Amino acid sequence: MSGEVTTNSTPRLQLRGIGKRYPTVVANDGIDLAVHVGEIHALLGENGAGKSTLMKIAYGVTQPDAGSIEWQGAPVKIDSPAVARRLGIGMVFQHFSLFETLTVAENIALSMDKKVEPSALAQRIREVSQRYGLPVDPQRLTHGMSVGERQRVEIVRCLLQSPRLLIMDEPTSVLTPQAVLTLFETLRRLAQEGVSILYISHKLDEIRALCDTATILRNGKVTGTCIPSTESNQSLARMMVGSELQECQLIPRTPGPTQLELTNLSLATWAPFGTHLQDINLRVRAGEIVGIAGISGNGQKELLAALSGEMVCNDSGQVRICGQHAGKLKPAPRRDLGLTFVPEERLGRGAVPAMSLTDNALLTGARSGMVRHGLINKNIASNFARDTIAQFQVKCGGADATADSLSGGNLQKFIVGREIKLAPKVMVVAQPTWGVDVGAAQMIRQALIDLRDREVALLVISEELDELFMMCDYIAVLAQGRLSPAYPSTDLTRESIGVLMAGSSLEKTNAAQEAVHA
Amino acid sequence: MLSFNLRLEKRPLPSSTMRIAAPLLASVAMLITGLLVFAALGKDPLNALYEFFVVPINSSYGVGELLLKATPLMLCALGLALGFKSNVWNIGAEGQFTLGAIAGGGVALFWGPALGKLVLPAMLLAGILGGMGWAAIPALLRTRFNTSEILVSLMLVYIAQLYLTYLLHGSWRDPEGFNFPQSKGFDENATLPLLFEGGRATIAFVFALVLAAASWFFSTKTFAGYRMVVSGLAPAAAAYAGFNEKRNIWLALLISGATAGLAGICEVAGPIGRLQPSISPGYGFAAIIVAFVGRLHPLGIVLASLLMALLYLGGESVQLSLQLPSAITGLFQGILLFYLLAADLFVGFRLRRKVRDKPPRTLSAAAETIQPPA
Repeated sequence: MSGEVTTNSTPRLQLRGIGKRYPTVVANDGIDLAVHVGEIHALLGENGAGKSTLMKIAYGVTQPDAGSIEWQGAPVKIDSPAVARRLGIGMVFQHFSLFETLTVAENIALSMDKKVEPSALAQRIREVSQRYGLPVDPQRLTHGMSVGERQRVEIVRCLLQSPRLLIMDEPTSVLTPQAVLTLFETLRRLAQEGVSILYISHKLDEIRALCDTATILRNGKVTGTCIPSTESNQSLARMMVGSELQECQLIPRTPGPTQLELTNLSLATWAPFGTHLQDINLRVRAGEIVGIAGISGNGQKELLAALSGEMVCNDSGQVRICGQHAGKLKPAPRRDLGLTFVPEERLGRGAVPAMSLTDNALLTGARSGMVRHGLINKNIASNFARDTIAQFQVKCGGADATADSLSGGNLQKFIVGREIKLAPKVMVVAQPTWGVDVGAAQMIRQALIDLRDREVALLVISEELDELFMMCDYIAVLAQGRLSPAYPSTDLTRESIGVLMAGSSLEKTNAAQEAVHA
Repeated sequence: MLSFNLRLEKRPLPSSTMRIAAPLLASVAMLITGLLVFAALGKDPLNALYEFFVVPINSSYGVGELLLKATPLMLCALGLALGFKSNVWNIGAEGQFTLGAIAGGGVALFWGPALGKLVLPAMLLAGILGGMGWAAIPALLRTRFNTSEILVSLMLVYIAQLYLTYLLHGSWRDPEGFNFPQSKGFDENATLPLLFEGGRATIAFVFALVLAAASWFFSTKTFAGYRMVVSGLAPAAAAYAGFNEKRNIWLALLISGATAGLAGICEVAGPIGRLQPSISPGYGFAAIIVAFVGRLHPLGIVLASLLMALLYLGGESVQLSLQLPSAITGLFQGILLFYLLAADLFVGFRLRRKVRDKPPRTLSAAAETIQPPA
C-alpha cells in the first residue's frame, strides 16, 4: 500500500443510521454501511431499494434527513459534491455528462474544481490512462466515442483527483463482456493501491466475481451483509428480493412456419449520430423466441422502428409479417397482420402518462372490439384493463389509475400484458425487463415463454445477455448496424457473443482457433 | 449579485381541485387588481367595479348583449381547444373568422335573391367552408414542409383582413353607400333570427351550445377524439400506436377553422348585417384566452366565454360612464391571462427556500440535483 496513514481497522467511510424521505417514498431508513481501505464493497438491491439515494448522500448531492457520516474516523458533513471531492470521494455516474462537441481534455478541464488549461491536463490524462490500462486520447472529440470509451473518460476524470473512495453506479450496464473484464482489472489494481470502491449493481455474477463484501438493501433498509464469493446467485437474490425466485422454463420445441422475416434490410438512420442498418437478414418462426443481443446505439432504435412501421422501408419485401409484404406498411396495418410491439420507453411511448390504464388499453387495443363505428366502448376497454391487471399481477390503484402512478416494473407488466392479450401472431419486445425488479422480470419472461409455447413468433431485443440466454431459442448480435446470423443459444457463450459484438465473425474466429489447436 | 434564496420545486402530485380552482382564483385576483387600477385612476373603485361588471347585464337587453358577445368567443374557442389538446396551435382564428364572413357574406350578396329561403343555410355552409379553407393553408404547409402552424396561421390573419378591406374598397362596395367601404346590407332572408325580442343575440348562441355538447361528445366518446388527445399528451405514444400525425394536424386545423368561420358568418349575418372593414374586436385572439381559462373543456369554455364577453361589455360601459380609455378591456383580458398562467404554475410547482448554501460545482452534480428522486 502506498503511504496509507489510516489503519485497516478504521473504515474509510462509515455511514450510521442514514435516513432520507421523499414526499411519496422512504428511500433510506436507518442505513449503516462501512467501507474499509482497499475494499471493493458491493451495494446490491433491486430498483427502488435506495442504492442511488444512499450514494448521492455519500457524494453530497443529496442531504440525509437523519444519521451521520464519518470519513477516516472523523465526523464530516458532506453538503456538496465539491466537499466530497476535497475529502477524496470520486463518483462515476451511470449516465455520462460529457459535451459531445468537446475533446476529452476539454471535458475533463470543465469538471475540475480549480481552473486548469486543457493542454496542461493532457499529459496527466496520458499518465493516468497508461498507469491503469485505460487507453484514452486526450485530443479526441467525444461524439465519436463508444459508450465504453466514454466511461473510461469518466473514470480517468475521477482518478485525476486521486480519490480515496471511488463510487461506481451500475458501471457495466453499457459494456460488452470483454470491456467488463478490463474494467474489473482496473478496479482490482486501484483496490490494491488502497483505494476503496463502492460498487452499485444488481448483477449477481459480477458482484460475486469482483467484490470483497456486499451490503444488500431492500425497501430502503439493510437486509444483510455477506462475502459474495461464498454465496450463490440464489442466496444473494433471496436477500435482495426477500423470497425464492422461480427459474424460467424453456423447454425445447419444434418451431412452426416463418412468421417474421427481414430480407436484405438496409435503412438510413434519421437521427444525428444514429446507426445505419446494413443488409439485415432474420427469420423468426412460430413458437420460437429469437433474441438480438448488442449494446444500445448499434442500430437497435433503427431496427425497432423498421419493425414497428414507424420508419417505412424502401422495399415492401424487406419486411414480411405472416407471409405478407409489410415493408411499406405503417404501424396500424402491421398490427392488423398480427404484430404487437412492446417499445423500450414505457412512459410516453408504450403508455400515455396522464391517461388511465383503461384509456391506455385503448391505445393499441382499439382494433380488438373496443371501438365500434368510431365510438369507444368504455366497458370493453375497462374490462380488458382489469383482466390485464389481474392476470399479470400489476400493482396499481385499479383500471382508473393513471399510467404515471405505476412503478416502472408494474407499468411494464401492464404493457407486456396488453400486447400479449391482443393475441398476436408475431410479437416484438424491446428491453423486456429494463429497470424492472427481479421478481417482475422473471414473471414477464415466463409470460413471453408461455406465449412462444402457444405458437407465437417472438423477437426480443435486449442488452442483458443473461436474460437472452434464459429465454431465447436463437440469438443474433447487432453490431454497428449489421446483424450476425442467429445461432442456437445453447451453442453460444458470453465470450462468443462478445466476439460478435466487436463486429467479428464467429466462423473466422473459430477457424483461427481450430488452426491453432491443429 | 442579487440572489433570491427561493426555487421552484415540482409538486409530486398536483391537486386536481386546484387545477379547476385556478381559473376562479385568477378571476378573483383580476378583480382585486381591477380595484387597484380604478383607484389609481382616481375613480371610486367599488363604483367602477359596479359600472364594469353589473351595469352591463342588469337589463334583458344587457343579457342579450352578453350572449351576443359570448357566441363568437365560444364558437372559436371550442374549435381551438380541440386543436390545443392535440398539440396543434392554431393562432389564426381571427383570420378564419374573417374568411368565414367573406365567404358567407359573398353568398348573401351575389346569390341572396336567387336562393330565397335557402340563402341562410347556404351562407352558414359557405362561412364554415371559408374558415376551413383558410385553416387548410397552415395545415398543408405544416404537413408538407413542416412549417410552424403558429406563424403561418397568425400571418394569414392580416392577409384575411386586408383582403376584406380590398373587397370593400373595390368590387363589393355598396354603390349606394356614399363611398363608405362597406357592402350592401343583407336581406331579411339572409339574417339570423333573434334569440328573443328586445335583445340583439341571435340563434347562433344555440349553435354554440350545441357545438359545446358535440365537442364534449367528440373528445370523450369517439376514437377520433381520443387519437387527438393522445397526440397532444404523448406524441411518441401516438406514433407507436400508429395514429396518423398528419391526419391529426389536418383534423385539428379544419375543425378550428370551421368553427371560426361559422362564428364569422354568424357575426355578419347577425348584429352587423353587412360586410364592413371591422367585423371583430379581436374575438379570434380573445378565444385563445377563453380556451385556456376554460381548461380546454367545453363546459369551462361556455363559462369562460361569458366572462370574457362581460369584460368586453364592462370595458364599453366604463368608457361611457367613467370616461376611461378603451384599452381597459385589453388590460383586463391581459391581467386575467397573466393570473391564470401564474396560478397554473403554482398548481404544478411550489416555492421552496433553498436548502443548499453552495451551488453544485460540477455539471454532473448539477444534473443530479434537478432529477426527481429515484
